[in-house]
Amino acid sequence: MGTITQSPPRKSKKREVLEKAVIRFCGDSGDGIQVTGNQFTNTVALYGNDLATFPDYPAEIRAPKGTLPGVSGFQVHFGSTEIYTPGDAVDALVAMNPAALKMNLTELKKNGILIVNVDNFGAGDLKKAQMASNPLEDHTLDAYRVFPVELMKLTSAALKELGLDAKSVDRCKNFFALGMCYWLYNRPMESTFRWIEDKFKAKPQLIEANKLAMKAGYAYCEATEAFQVSYEIPPAKLAPGLYRNISGNTALALGFVAASQQAGIPLFLGSYPITPASDVLHELSMYKDFGVVTFQAEDEIAAVTSAIGASYAGSLGITTTSGPGMALKTEALGLAVAVELPLVICDIQRGGPSTGLPTKTEQADLLQALYGRNSEAPIPVLAASSPGDCFWVALEASRIALKYMVPVIVLSDGYLANGAEPWRVPQPSELPSIPVHFTTDARGFMPYSRDPKTLARPWAIPGTPGLEHRIGGIEKQDVTGNINYEPLNHEKMCRLRAAKVEAVAQEIPEVVPAGDPSGELLIVGWGSTYGPITAAMKLKRAKGHKIGHVHLRYLNPLPKNLGEVLKRYKKILVPEMNMGQLVMVLRAKYLVDAQGYDKIQGKPFGTSEMAAKIKEVLQ
Amino acid sequence: MSTETLPVYTKKDFQTDQEVRWCPGCGDYAILSAVQSVFPELGIPKEKFVIVSGIGCSSRFPYYMNTYGFHSIHGRAPAVATGVKIAHPELEVWVATGDGDSLSIGGNHTIHMLRRNVGIKVLMFNNRIYGLTKGQYSPTSEIGKKSKSTPFGSADRPFYPLSLALGADATFVARSVDVFQPHLKATVKRAAAHKGSSFIEIMQNCNIFNDGAWESLTEKEVREDHIIAIEHGKPLIFGKNKDKGIRMNGLELEVVQLGNGIAEKDLIVHDEKNHNPAYAFLLSRMDSTPGFPTPIGVLRAVDAPRYEDRIAEQIREVTAKRGKGDLAKLLRQGDTWEVK
Ligand SMILES: Cc1ncc(C[n+]2csc(CCOP(=O)(O)OP(=O)(O)O)c2C)c(N)n1
Ligand code: SF4
Ligand SMILES: [Mg+2]
Repeated sequence: MGTITQSPPRKSKKREVLEKAVIRFCGDSGDGIQVTGNQFTNTVALYGNDLATFPDYPAEIRAPKGTLPGVSGFQVHFGSTEIYTPGDAVDALVAMNPAALKMNLTELKKNGILIVNVDNFGAGDLKKAQMASNPLEDHTLDAYRVFPVELMKLTSAALKELGLDAKSVDRCKNFFALGMCYWLYNRPMESTFRWIEDKFKAKPQLIEANKLAMKAGYAYCEATEAFQVSYEIPPAKLAPGLYRNISGNTALALGFVAASQQAGIPLFLGSYPITPASDVLHELSMYKDFGVVTFQAEDEIAAVTSAIGASYAGSLGITTTSGPGMALKTEALGLAVAVELPLVICDIQRGGPSTGLPTKTEQADLLQALYGRNSEAPIPVLAASSPGDCFWVALEASRIALKYMVPVIVLSDGYLANGAEPWRVPQPSELPSIPVHFTTDARGFMPYSRDPKTLARPWAIPGTPGLEHRIGGIEKQDVTGNINYEPLNHEKMCRLRAAKVEAVAQEIPEVVPAGDPSGELLIVGWGSTYGPITAAMKLKRAKGHKIGHVHLRYLNPLPKNLGEVLKRYKKILVPEMNMGQLVMVLRAKYLVDAQGYDKIQGKPFGTSEMAAKIKEVLQ
Repeated sequence: MSTETLPVYTKKDFQTDQEVRWCPGCGDYAILSAVQSVFPELGIPKEKFVIVSGIGCSSRFPYYMNTYGFHSIHGRAPAVATGVKIAHPELEVWVATGDGDSLSIGGNHTIHMLRRNVGIKVLMFNNRIYGLTKGQYSPTSEIGKKSKSTPFGSADRPFYPLSLALGADATFVARSVDVFQPHLKATVKRAAAHKGSSFIEIMQNCNIFNDGAWESLTEKEVREDHIIAIEHGKPLIFGKNKDKGIRMNGLELEVVQLGNGIAEKDLIVHDEKNHNPAYAFLLSRMDSTPGFPTPIGVLRAVDAPRYEDRIAEQIREVTAKRGKGDLAKLLRQGDTWEVK
């Protein structure tokens, strides 16, 4: 467990206490922006702030240096009160070059702090950023508190004694900038020291160099006249418990390990790398000591079908992907529906269609998840609402898949996958029990007989004597599972498969709206819009409006009382990062006049735009 | 299972009560019968067999075998089977597939399964046609093939399935024929005994859509001259009078007439264990040259580590090193802080 170390004593500079702050680091994708952002996040998390992050990086691994498409960003919103979103407007911006400045300046608050690496503002750098004149000289920045810093020169001076080559020195400049931010927000450097020590274990010289750069950055703010004020953001009052910082993809991976442990069967992941889902594969590939098998298949079709094969043989088969991969898995999902085996499919959504915006977020695969298969092939669909929630959704999806013998789709998105928040680590006793039963009794065994309550068929795994049987995608006779093409049998089987999915609704909790239980407006959301909706609703309710918020975790089947809840409000607003998919389902299913609020820019909703929309609807 | 004695099985134990729905006269019957005869002789408990298939006439195979069976989707049997085998390495996993199923839509899975050397045995029913969809040409149809979808003849070159398998570095590659029952049974038995991936191309007659596709090889009068049954350690000799042989001539194979100074010792002695796949590759496509016979039998059988064993080994090694995973510890790994 990390202990909080006090910052070094200060000279007589001013310290202001704030409730919250938004900081954004931006620079070239080669500048170590993501590392810097993650370190800052970790440090404020350890300090006890609530937080939300928004890493935003280009699809190109290393776009040409200094150009606009190569700009990578990382935003952290942290505070002493509850934080729901990564924040709309930025209080402090750290820009490593002109391109980064150009791409991010509009989001900096007026009078906001702007730390600029002036060593990168030569004529060539300005040209690459397509800037006609130097913003440091042409009054573009008059509205901000600008701190021009010779980041390269200062880093180089700090590391002089080490005799490193120029390239290695350059690579340390982000830690100089991080050191400055630690001073600015009064944060200890210890956890980043520990990270550096671990990361460069094999290269002691780089440990020394990065630490020195960071300390130099800290000392620079302390010593120079430029920085007169620093900020203090006290810890947040979170529910008691042990916390860690977690991203959605890590949470998802841990959720599946937990599910496999709770079920007492091995986890099998079949996957093919794709942004932003690959990290789940990377993460799970580390957990061999939990018996986890990760199979990097030749394509997404093999990824899902191998998982189906593993489930057939008694594992918890799962597969992880994003939209394009989801499209490839479609036919196999129908097979999973037909053979009635447990399977969890995770779609970490990104911008589309086709390759679309590989590194940006979107929620436009909902209808694909709900309906994107040939014929009648209903599948339960769950969506996570925050990075930490991914853990619980992975567990719940696995539980449903194993209990009902069905494939289950989990929807996450790029924003949840890479974004992070403080997560209360659950006690093992808080995890659901997931009983699994393999049939072994050969007497009267029928592969398509059903449990009367769940309609699940028996799970008889190969290797069990006396239960040899055949399954497949061809329509099968009720109970016996033999090939059968009779019209009435087919209708019966279609209805049985649908009824089984509907049966899940019997145990999912009824929705209880947050905010007002009835009134002027109900906001219905799903997935990663949870944060901005919650934050915006809070603002508007504070003004006296009667607003409720339902955030759907179960998108199929829908909670039993949803129709009744929808009728308690005068208006219904459905914000989505797509062109109106859930709203279409709600209108069709409940015949209500719900209206959509769509954003398809590869970016999450901001709190203020959400609040503005609510205001507009309330008028 | 070790303390119990294995039940004595007969062919009947591997038959199901399902009505077989192949066309009368289809070569698939002969393959089914051969496999049903071989399985009881393998000394393996019946419940350990899993037969996975794709889609096609040939892929109906699992329904007629009284074992565990999975009729999956078109082309994906090797991938489904790979999942089964990794999850449960002690199972005997077989794949029944067609030329379209395994080489067209499922070509990718076939080569990757073979490349990984997953311990799966593939029975590839090659009738050089799409049977189930009623007679379109397939990736093994000869160039110029007139079929429902190519009324003026096909324009694309066929695969040599064994060359393809060898190109993927398959560790067991063999060929047999539906109507050569003893040979087919012996070949299936050999595949069963192989530890890694086994790939058998079975030349099969579709008497409805491609009747006589293999006639020039299987007709009694010509068979001895057009087929060479290769055996490990034996010279490559063929012909009605056993008077023709195959020898190396530089990097090429050459058909020679025995006698006139050419003796058995000049011929290639078949070595299925040759680690260089180039040798088996030469055999696999020698019949592309006129005058050469088509080889049947085991072209290649070499030992190599199985994929599923390596996976299991890694899990054992990491677990031995770290100890069995502790969930509570995993959940709180990394930097944490306590809120009181
Ligand atoms: C995704 C998909 N595409 C097409 C088909 C139609 N289809 C079924 S079997 C088949 C070809 C089968 O040929 P082959 O594998 O040679 O098997 P055979 O019937 O000859 O034994 C096709 C194209 C299908 N079932 N699924
Ligand atoms: S169509 Fe051809 S391959 Fe299919 S069952 Fe009939 S004869 Fe056999
Ligand atoms: Mg065929």
